[in-house]
Amino acid sequence: MKLTLRVWRQRNTGAPGAMSTYEVDGISADMSFLEMLDTLNEELILKGEDPVAFDHDCREGICGACSLVINGDAHGPERTTSCQLHMRSFSDGDTIDVEPWRAAAFPVVKDLVVDRSAFDRIIQSGGYITAPTGAAPEAHATPVPKPDADFAFEHAECIGCGACVAACPNGSAMLFTSAKINHLNVLPQGAPERETRVLDMVAQMDEEGFGGCTLTGECATACPKGIPLVSITSMNKEWLRATRKAGKR
Amino acid sequence: MGRTIWDSSLGKKTVMAVSGLIMLGYLVVHMLGNLKIFFGSGDFNHYAHWLRTIGEPFLHYEWALWIIRVVLVAAVVAHAVSAYQLSRRDIRARPTKYVHKKPRAGYATRTMRWGGIILGLFIVWHILDLTTGTVHPDGFQPGHPYQNVIDTFSTWYGNAVYITAVLALGLHVRHGFWSAAQTLGAGSRTRDRALKATADVLALLLTAGFVAVPVGVMTGVVN
Repeated sequence: MKLTLRVWRQRNTGAPGAMSTYEVDGISADMSFLEMLDTLNEELILKGEDPVAFDHDCREGICGACSLVINGDAHGPERTTSCQLHMRSFSDGDTIDVEPWRAAAFPVVKDLVVDRSAFDRIIQSGGYITAPTGAAPEAHATPVPKPDADFAFEHAECIGCGACVAACPNGSAMLFTSAKINHLNVLPQGAPERETRVLDMVAQMDEEGFGGCTLTGECATACPKGIPLVSITSMNKEWLRATRKAGKR
Repeated sequence: MGRTIWDSSLGKKTVMAVSGLIMLGYLVVHMLGNLKIFFGSGDFNHYAHWLRTIGEPFLHYEWALWIIRVVLVAAVVAHAVSAYQLSRRDIRARPTKYVHKKPRAGYATRTMRWGGIILGLFIVWHILDLTTGTVHPDGFQPGHPYQNVIDTFSTWYGNAVYITAVLALGLHVRHGFWSAAQTLGAGSRTRDRALKATADVLALLLTAGFVAVPVGVMTGVVN
């Protein structure tokens, strides 16, 4: 199929950016969206032009590197990552807009690449457990009730791509932060830092300049891993509990 | 602990949720009280007078009313200040808009900020009109709320302003009540439908209950 692409081009963080229009031909419906961009880049390189910069790594939907807003949707029209989105979701002759994640906390590095180290700093502030490392412990040494294990696993699915922030009209990182907090706070392994984790991670999230939650639900709709909106409610509950406990100390 | 709450975006949301619920509770009682107008001037004026004597003889005349007023003003100020500060944060967090625009979220969700501003302005007019009588159409009579209400709703602008504000209130409550539940950690997967339904019912009852009064005056049921 033949497509018209309007792609955000920006030399570096400080430079002004704009949408540039490109035509690509010979696109197969079985290609992934990133393979379609590879095709465009090969043509650009042959013509001696600067290829479009975009983040990608595993290309199998588990690393969270790809980060494209396609026709106004984070990761495009299907509920998956940009790399797992296939061109069969589009039709011949379509015009497709490709933009980077938009948030003050995610500055554009170049073209479609944004700096997501704000997420790393949120993780550093409490998204871990203080356990001795070494050989894996015996699996049944610490019993975890099945519902808790399921709840933890559902949140552990978060790949930290940042689609939630990109989709949120407030550029809020509540869904990401809540997934990380809920994942660890429900487990016995995460219990020693249960209060400090939620207080510190929420404080860091605010510090990074992410917006607040107005419950629009856009984040959960965009999330390729299906982290539910109610995760934010669970985090709010944990935060209120930790704040009450901290007040008593 | 107070600082921790106010410094955090989650804390300000908590302040919004709690102050919102206080105002919502008041509005339900206010709406039910308003409906007394359909029982005639005697009932309505008597009810208005009774409001000033609540708690007597333990409380002095009008003290209960003033306590309610102080709590409400505190709630309105807390709600508005946190809304302003949170909105500033939200707008700063998304400085660049997407070129490809899509309609996002529901109507009630999108109109929370403007709806809130409309409601704030309405409250000022409403008090100047029917409490102090400053902007009342003609001859405000203290102690005769029945006649005052009829005067206000006998003007086209009185009806227009009031009905607009009440519709804004319905939308605000629809998203606000459910959001407050999420902020306070009361929501869950199993409870979500019940919470959304409660929000819809509250919004609908409040809108219908409040609109009934100007409609009653316009149709001559109340005269």
